[in-house]
Amino acid sequence: MIRVVLPQHLRTLAGVDGEVQLDVDGHPTQRSVLDALEASYPALRGTIRDHATAKRRDFIRFFACGQDITLEAADDPLPEEVVSGAQPFRVVAAMAGG
Amino acid sequence: MSGVRLLVGTRKGAFLLTSDGKRDDWQVKGPLFAGWEIYHLNGSPADPDRLYASQSTGWHGQVVQRSDDGGKTWEPVGNEFAYDGIPGTHQWYDGTQHPWEFARIWHLEPSLSDPDTVFAGVEDAALFRSTDGGQTWHELSGLRDHPTGEQWQPGAGGLCLHTILIHPEDPQRMVVAISAAGTFRTDDGGETWRPINKGLRSHELPDEEREVGHCVHRIAMNPSRPDTLFMQKHWHVMRSDDGGESWQKVSGNLPSDFGFPISVHAHEPETVYVVPIESDSEHVPPEGKLRVYRSRTGGNEWEPLTNGLPQEHCYVNVLRDAMAVDSLDPGGVYFGTTGGQVYASSDSGDNWTAVVRDLPSVLSVEAQTLA
Repeated sequence: MIRVVLPQHLRTLAGVDGEVQLDVDGHPTQRSVLDALEASYPALRGTIRDHATAKRRDFIRFFACGQDITLEAADDPLPEEVVSGAQPFRVVAAMAGG
Repeated sequence: MSGVRLLVGTRKGAFLLTSDGKRDDWQVKGPLFAGWEIYHLNGSPADPDRLYASQSTGWHGQVVQRSDDGGKTWEPVGNEFAYDGIPGTHQWYDGTQHPWEFARIWHLEPSLSDPDTVFAGVEDAALFRSTDGGQTWHELSGLRDHPTGEQWQPGAGGLCLHTILIHPEDPQRMVVAISAAGTFRTDDGGETWRPINKGLRSHELPDEEREVGHCVHRIAMNPSRPDTLFMQKHWHVMRSDDGGESWQKVSGNLPSDFGFPISVHAHEPETVYVVPIESDSEHVPPEGKLRVYRSRTGGNEWEPLTNGLPQEHCYVNVLRDAMAVDSLDPGGVYFGTTGGQVYASSDSGDNWTAVVRDLPSVLSVEAQTLA
């Protein structure tokens, strides 16, 4: 079970209050977690990654275990603490704008 | 009993303002979609309970919301706006070519007859259509593929398609406007398009009367006279009486003919409203006085409407989609400002009151007349 923490606007859009919990096949990666997230909450499609290219939107970051893993490869395995559910995978809206 | 519902889009959410037909007591609902930019909301003429909203932020991009109950509840629908084919390039601010990139929806225009059909004018300029209530969107690419497309360049606000006028008697015919490309018309339901900018003059262009490149800010039409179009251009208020084939300047005695919105009275097709703004470099009302100007002669002769509007120290702007009229009698006129005020007149503009004063900066106002 993967725990995902979303920024406020995306929690509202997905209609969830707290963390999201997802089942992900195989060893979870950024891509497979986001695929599962969008499959469970279609309203989030296009708000984290571009529809066509799956490229991360510019002001979105991914954190895990206190590290910024945004620039790691999308298919790299996520840390064991995230896989075990001990730590969440965090989708973060970058500090920008007002 | 009749009533009015104003659909107000702001920099930080949407607001619904409702009143009965007297229009002197308003209920305010909102913010909806708090924190998101709501460039535009609009209702279906065929089903006033069917609403569409353009919701976006720089973080999360574009979302489209739909309501089937007059704004009580909303659901996100499709938000994939893929340009048809290989998009190509348009002109950038510095004159170089730049790839077409979807940024946001500026304007949503529901079909006059089918609540599930809705058009979206987007940045970078293109026209999309949904026929399934917003679930899926398809580009009418004949517009962007026009041979002049690579000459289109963005205005200060972006290369936006902001005006969509559907001919009330012939739905195959539509007029759209793009800043800063100009006005285009289709007579075959959006398959093919041609520029209709004859008579426009823009001193910002090396050839003032060029076929495209004009910064059209807004076009309005009275449905009873669909071949008569009124335009607020970057500078100049213009008029066409032949469906856009030719345009004449009708700025007349306006204190400035720079501005953004323009509206036509619902029952008086020669009564037109504009909000003059000092200049393109000073987006504020002349002399710090917020004045709507009304012409009852289809242009050229304009009178200031000031009762109830601030006449000193006022430096707000009124954006292109932030003025609307209702179809009650006497006619109502409404506009929102960048200072967060929404003003209403229930007597065709003679007197104004602020329905609300402290909303976020207003991006758009639509008026629904409810049975």
